[in-house]
Amino acid sequence: MAAAGGLPASATLLLLVIAAVAVAPLASAVRPVSDAHRSAAAELFAASPDGSFGDLETTYEAVRTFQILGVEKDKGLIGKACKFAAEKLASSSSSPAKDLFHAARISGVLKCSVDSGVYDDVATRLKAVIKDTNSLLELYYSVGGLLSIKEQGHNVVLPDADNTFHAIKALSQSDGRWRYDTNSAESSTFAAGIALEALSAVISLADSEVDSSMIAVVKNDIVKLFDTIKSYDDGTFYFDEKHVDAAEYKGPITTSASVVRGVTSFAAVASGKLNIPGEKILGLAKFFLGIGLPGSAKDCFNQIESLSFLENNRVFVPLVLSLPSKVFSLTSKDQLKVEVTTVFGSAAPPLRVNLVQVLGSDSKVITTETKELQFDLDNNVHYLDIAPLKIDVGKYSLVFEISLQEQEHETIYATGGTDTEAIFVTGLIKVDKAEIGISDNDAGTVESVQKIDLQKDTSVSLSANHLQKLRLSFQLSTPLGKTFKPHQVFLKLKHDESKVEHLFVVPGSARQFKIVLDFLGLVEKFYYLSGRYDLELAVGDAAMENSFLRALGHIELDLPEAPEKAPKPPAQAVDPFSKFGPKKEISHIFRSPEKRPPKELSFVFTGLTLLPIVGFLIGLMRLGVNLKNFPSLPAPAAFASLFHAGIGAVLLLYVLFWIKLDLFTTLKYLSFLGVFLVFVGHRALSYLSSTSAKQKTA
Amino acid sequence: MPRATSDAKLLIQSLGKAYAATPTNLKIIDLYVVFAVATALIQVVYMGIVGSFPFNSFLSGVLSCIGTAVLAVCLRIQVNKDNKEFKDLPPERAFADFVLCNLVLHLVIMNFLG
Repeated sequence: MAAAGGLPASATLLLLVIAAVAVAPLASAVRPVSDAHRSAAAELFAASPDGSFGDLETTYEAVRTFQILGVEKDKGLIGKACKFAAEKLASSSSSPAKDLFHAARISGVLKCSVDSGVYDDVATRLKAVIKDTNSLLELYYSVGGLLSIKEQGHNVVLPDADNTFHAIKALSQSDGRWRYDTNSAESSTFAAGIALEALSAVISLADSEVDSSMIAVVKNDIVKLFDTIKSYDDGTFYFDEKHVDAAEYKGPITTSASVVRGVTSFAAVASGKLNIPGEKILGLAKFFLGIGLPGSAKDCFNQIESLSFLENNRVFVPLVLSLPSKVFSLTSKDQLKVEVTTVFGSAAPPLRVNLVQVLGSDSKVITTETKELQFDLDNNVHYLDIAPLKIDVGKYSLVFEISLQEQEHETIYATGGTDTEAIFVTGLIKVDKAEIGISDNDAGTVESVQKIDLQKDTSVSLSANHLQKLRLSFQLSTPLGKTFKPHQVFLKLKHDESKVEHLFVVPGSARQFKIVLDFLGLVEKFYYLSGRYDLELAVGDAAMENSFLRALGHIELDLPEAPEKAPKPPAQAVDPFSKFGPKKEISHIFRSPEKRPPKELSFVFTGLTLLPIVGFLIGLMRLGVNLKNFPSLPAPAAFASLFHAGIGAVLLLYVLFWIKLDLFTTLKYLSFLGVFLVFVGHRALSYLSSTSAKQKTA
Repeated sequence: MPRATSDAKLLIQSLGKAYAATPTNLKIIDLYVVFAVATALIQVVYMGIVGSFPFNSFLSGVLSCIGTAVLAVCLRIQVNKDNKEFKDLPPERAFADFVLCNLVLHLVIMNFLG
């Protein structure tokens, strides 16, 4: 590290960040369920210290996920969960159908021993619920609970299966979606999945065959439901609600999981095959695998359970193509390896994989020659040497064609036909024709040019004054001999004494990378600091296996004296990483509030301002003011009172304006009051003036 | 010196006598003006004691009083029968003007009060 020392820390960090960013998008593609999912599930469904997983639903999701993934849990946890479920089942008459449903399923998954008498009670209770309700969820919970009990080897028969089937079917809509109950107007895709699962449970529980015409109608509904499926560009399909309603909305993962659960269970019990295109099933599998490692326990359960339903279903078993590694090195002549497996990583039936097209990063077609991948039976991997493809370093999209070898498999498995995968090719970049030298400013006559070898650190020693230029040039070429433009090419000059650094981007043209540093224009940037500068060159790219940071040597600069007003070089931090550390806290200064007078003084003066009013009133009395002039006739008296009331109202409005109203509302009310006031004022005052005129004449 | 005081006394007495002849309605207006100016003075004194911090409030308080006093003086000029130039103007009309001006003045005052 000391050799790399000097100060490559920040530059190296930058390179690492860029490299990580460049490779990251490629890492998040489809891979079958692996041990990573097992540890993620164990983490997401971590039991609380008292050994429980939470409520019944979460407990069921935990034990079911562990069952599918084959994660062993210790006996204590299983015992706790069994006991938890048994308690609920024992108090069947008071528990809602939902709790009984989850409890029965927990017992089923964990193979807890439950008294057959207890199950008889539960079954009676659930059958009563079925009879009474018209809510889809209640029906789902009770039918599902009964099915779970039946699957545990208990004899349960749904006597009026046809009626129950009709009750559920009555909630379906013309577009294949379902309503939650007869009263709700909104239909939902999530409910469709629930309903299909409930219908398949009814078929399993029925004592006699359910009407086959009804089953055909439901099959038709499923086909319509699949017409509403949504998709991404890359062949991923998923279900989501048509109307996003905040209260009922569950998100695409839960909705898709519900549909997958419903459709696969229905396909398992209904006779005949469902008419759903294989690419949609494959797209759903890609959707669930594309989640990668889920972030929440709910998503984890939905992902794993849906994939387990897809792994083995009667519609189509999706086969996913995936690459164990997406980064290939030209140097070590890596083989292109492709796996075609089921979603849980089991081997696919015999099939052929061809590479049919290679696209460059800008979707430019590189080659369309079809190459068949060899099959390695031991490792279950298809492979191909990438050297004959004549591809250079960079990003590529590979288009594969998958074909099943046996005709009868095509009705069982869905491969999607073609599949596009993004890969990244790295290699060694050749650096040559590196030259460094000093030239004079005017004629450009080169005084000294030295050839340098950028494969290793060199130590040229140059000297220049502010009238000269530093020249550096070199060429980069890919393994196939093309010009290579890396993400980062930097030349760094570091003043020995003050440790001030200057970074320059080295511009690249089609032929070479060349930088000319004209010191005349740089003296100010260099803070007029003469002396020895160390030279370093950094070249880096994610596709370049030999990215480097080379010490080139040093240059002795002779710059003019600093004028008076020249900026001072900034102080260099002792620790170069300190600039990534926390910044100094900015404290805000608020104006301190004005000093206010004591309350008592203010109250005293409020009282004092009232004194003149009192004086005014006393004065009025002493003057012998009276209201004799107030009109005595009813109509003018009314107008006069209204006039005074109007003035009072306007003043009251002003007070309201002061307290809470804004100017616009005030003006709005004032315009009405003003018109009123002008009218009554005119009437009142003209009456007064007419009476006084009469008095004069009389 | 005694002459001067008696002169002043005489002067004030004659002034009082002359003022007693003023019509009552003008006296009411005078009283109103005195009331308004006194209120303004109290506010100025308060400002002198505690400082002019909510300056807009102080200004609106004082200007409200001064403004209404000025308007009252205008009313007095128009109502006074000895002023010949306003002979044709009925006092009711003058009072309507006074009310209107006061309402406009106080709308502005309330807006400025803060």
